[in-house]
Amino acid sequence: MGLSAVTVLGVDRPGVIAAVTGSLADCGANIHDSTMTLLGGHIAMMLLVSGDLSSDELLEKLCVPDTVVTASAVEARRYFRGQSKGIGYVLTVHGPDRPGIISAISAVLADDGGNITGMSTRLSGRLYVLIADVELPEKVDVAALMRRLANAGAGLDSEITFRPVEPDLL
Amino acid sequence: MNVRPGTARALLGAPHPVLSSPAEQVDPTAPEVVAAAADLLATLRDEPARTGLAAPQIGLSWRLIAFDAGRHPRSRSSAGELVMVNPRLTGASRWDRGREGCASIAGLLGDVRRASRITVHGRLPGTGKPVTIEADAFEARCIQHQLDHLDGVLFLDRVSGALSLHRRLHTCDA
Repeated sequence: MGLSAVTVLGVDRPGVIAAVTGSLADCGANIHDSTMTLLGGHIAMMLLVSGDLSSDELLEKLCVPDTVVTASAVEARRYFRGQSKGIGYVLTVHGPDRPGIISAISAVLADDGGNITGMSTRLSGRLYVLIADVELPEKVDVAALMRRLANAGAGLDSEITFRPVEPDLL
Repeated sequence: MNVRPGTARALLGAPHPVLSSPAEQVDPTAPEVVAAAADLLATLRDEPARTGLAAPQIGLSWRLIAFDAGRHPRSRSSAGELVMVNPRLTGASRWDRGREGCASIAGLLGDVRRASRITVHGRLPGTGKPVTIEADAFEARCIQHQLDHLDGVLFLDRVSGALSLHRRLHTCDA
């Protein structure tokens, strides 16, 4: 059983998801994780699928009109990696739009081994917003990291909040 | 006390330094504070869908909020139309996630965890009399959103994760 990462880009219209998932089902592909959003009126979808077809065969057989589809083989070992021991945080950055916000902030996180596990950015008028799920190694000095993030934010005229995830484990 | 009718003011939009700065305590009996309260109320009334505002949104870094949750279809408690000076949250329980937007942040919504039952103490503008509000559901969320403005905090700072920030696609989803 091979794993493939499928991406779909196209103009948003009713029925696109049905077309993508229907075509995957016709190919015998089983959808594992997936995510979909709208980017400037375009649908952007990523799916991790398994099945008997290789990613090249899948790409050849997938039929989704008016979209750009890619399929790539995924290393199963990485997908099924063990549960992380990191600590979850949510990062918010908001301020005037300017080039380099994501690279500056993500570089500060990367210096401490912080891993961005999810990210959304939105531009609304002059306001640029970045929300990221971040996983930190256990031994990071979080107070020092927050000071570096605050300094980076100040250099971008942006406000930054960095707070631990508060999961409701029931 | 005779209070002049307020004047609706233009709202500040993020990013703006006043929206990211803590507001100052004020004297609820001071004439300029009474006038600001009237302006805040007039600005609230200016847009029928508006259920709450804080003074920083009209450019005043003072601790005043105005709200009228009765305008919202999902409200349960409603203290009616009210302006509070120097409001303080003194009780919060029953935390719940909800999707909210802000008059100062066009086009975006976020999923935010807030208490759905709160107690707030403050003063009335003009007389300075103490007032206590017990609020729940939408009114509680609305008041906490306004209290955040007084601390320079936007709902964006409380969004619960990367997938919890949304474009506002419809007029009915806030």
